[in-house]
Amino acid sequence: MTVTDSAEPMIAVDGVEKVFDVRRKVAGTLRRERHQVRAVDGISFTVPRGEMVGYIGPNGAGKSTTIKMLTGILSPSGGRLRVAGIDPSRDRTRLARRIGVVFGQRTTLWWDLPLRDSYELVRRMYRIEDPRYARNLDACVELLDLGPLLDVPVRQLSLGQRMRGDIAAALLHDPEVLYLDEPTIGLDVISKAKVRDFLRTVNAERGTTVLLTTHDLTDIETLCSRVMVIDHGRLMYDGGLDGLHAVGESERTLVVDFAHELPPVEVPGARWVRSEGPRQWLAFPAGDSAAPLVTALAARHPLVDLSVREPAIEDVIARMYGAA
Amino acid sequence: MEAEPRGGAAGERTPGTVAESVRAYRLVVRMWMRSTMSYRASFVMTAFGNFAATALDFLTIVLMFSHVEALGGFSLPEVAFLYGTASTSFGLADLLMGSMDRLGERVRDGTLDTLMLRPVPVLAQVAADRFALRRLGRVVQGLLVLGWALWRVDVHWTVLNVALLPVTLVVGAAIFCAVYVAGGAFQFWAGDAAQVQNSVTYGGATLLQYPPGVFARDLVRGVTFVVPLAFVNWLPALRMLGRPDPLGLPGWVDFAGAPVALVCCALSGLLWRAGVRSYRSTGS
Repeated sequence: MTVTDSAEPMIAVDGVEKVFDVRRKVAGTLRRERHQVRAVDGISFTVPRGEMVGYIGPNGAGKSTTIKMLTGILSPSGGRLRVAGIDPSRDRTRLARRIGVVFGQRTTLWWDLPLRDSYELVRRMYRIEDPRYARNLDACVELLDLGPLLDVPVRQLSLGQRMRGDIAAALLHDPEVLYLDEPTIGLDVISKAKVRDFLRTVNAERGTTVLLTTHDLTDIETLCSRVMVIDHGRLMYDGGLDGLHAVGESERTLVVDFAHELPPVEVPGARWVRSEGPRQWLAFPAGDSAAPLVTALAARHPLVDLSVREPAIEDVIARMYGAA
Repeated sequence: MEAEPRGGAAGERTPGTVAESVRAYRLVVRMWMRSTMSYRASFVMTAFGNFAATALDFLTIVLMFSHVEALGGFSLPEVAFLYGTASTSFGLADLLMGSMDRLGERVRDGTLDTLMLRPVPVLAQVAADRFALRRLGRVVQGLLVLGWALWRVDVHWTVLNVALLPVTLVVGAAIFCAVYVAGGAFQFWAGDAAQVQNSVTYGGATLLQYPPGVFARDLVRGVTFVVPLAFVNWLPALRMLGRPDPLGLPGWVDFAGAPVALVCCALSGLLWRAGVRSYRSTGS
């Protein structure tokens, strides 16, 4: 019953709902009104073993609620969930041995103790045999550059160091599934790159199934071949990232600083959005390259500076919503 | 959804759950003790402060007796006997799970999530949360007062009475633990019931330090039948001291402490599981 054969998906979510009862104060009175919030409203998907999936959506869309149901922290109001063949909310403690979880905004490390002590606790709690523990710790230390940090109290670590420490803590027991809830939030570019490299390695070498929520589209682009978009508790999209841009008709923005103030420029393949002194914003389809655009502009006017802004996931989804 | 009544128990109620809980408890306690030791000076000061505060506590009773001969018909050694048993039992429970009142905080800010992701019982982790060895101060002080009382008090030491004393201390600690767990469970719904819980635990422990005769009869009824704190020390102590019980309950009730404690623990355990099930976590 609990044995997963390789044909069975690692994560199976079927018509899952989560309804919260919320009491809200009625303005101007002491009365409270009860009403229901459908945080997750009938979601179905499966993730095969070894896949790396991005799970995105605006704040309050239901991402974290889904992850909490998949870990067993929350029990669903309806529908059926299976992770590694286990019903999460019913067998939470047993499932805990087979999954690893990293909440970007919440650390599991011990604030006042050296990083190493937190790992020792994990070793004992999960009853990890010594050789396996040593092997996994060595691998994490090497890939995440944790060596010099092991004997530093966690409170002295930077956010990026702590996040790397947290990710290592979630992997010491060889989980089959790894949930990452905004693992790159607040990190600088270098830390983000390190985390992404590491996740790619873990996925490739250990075949760990990864479900990743993020607000950073680059996380998805560099890591996930598949992306799921959730909004208002419903699955809006499930497929490749290119498809998402096509569906969402999303645009990237080229921000150009000209040498002096100009009237709105017109270039083929781009649309003028706004001007602010010598700076202008031009939108172009996310699938297109910025290079011909820059060449065309530079040929006509002297440029001082330019940058390309990626479409925010919120915008992509907002467009999808409009298109649907 | 939760169709099988015992389905949920499969994961947590395996035969080894108690042993597993104790193991997890010890692991977490050790981490907290090491954390505390990283602020050694602060630890020494709070430990000393704690001991001084509880010591002063008994001093007020001694001072009271410099003005009166008896309190509710009890002499100083007899009150010291009540004080010692109540304080020791409560001190033990407070040492073991005194941080349960911090659960409300964890429920409100969602940090309980991280505890629920570990492969060990949540109750053990929450009980061990913020474990503070300085709480041993109250146990030591309770035992000292009890020792003095036993030396001065006039008890007819039958075999039964000798056996009843240690049982009373353990039963008392178990009842207070059950109150802590029930209070903790309540915080899953109430968000912050720490003060209600403290009124029962700290308030109850203070209550039990005085003879039942000084309190209103309805209050005595309440702590006998509603929150059965009377079984912590009043009922067995009255028997040992050869005093009548103000409610006039039959004599066998004095020995009912152990089963009462078991029922309390079972009920609080059920309440706890219901609480965990209704946990809602926070937004992100």
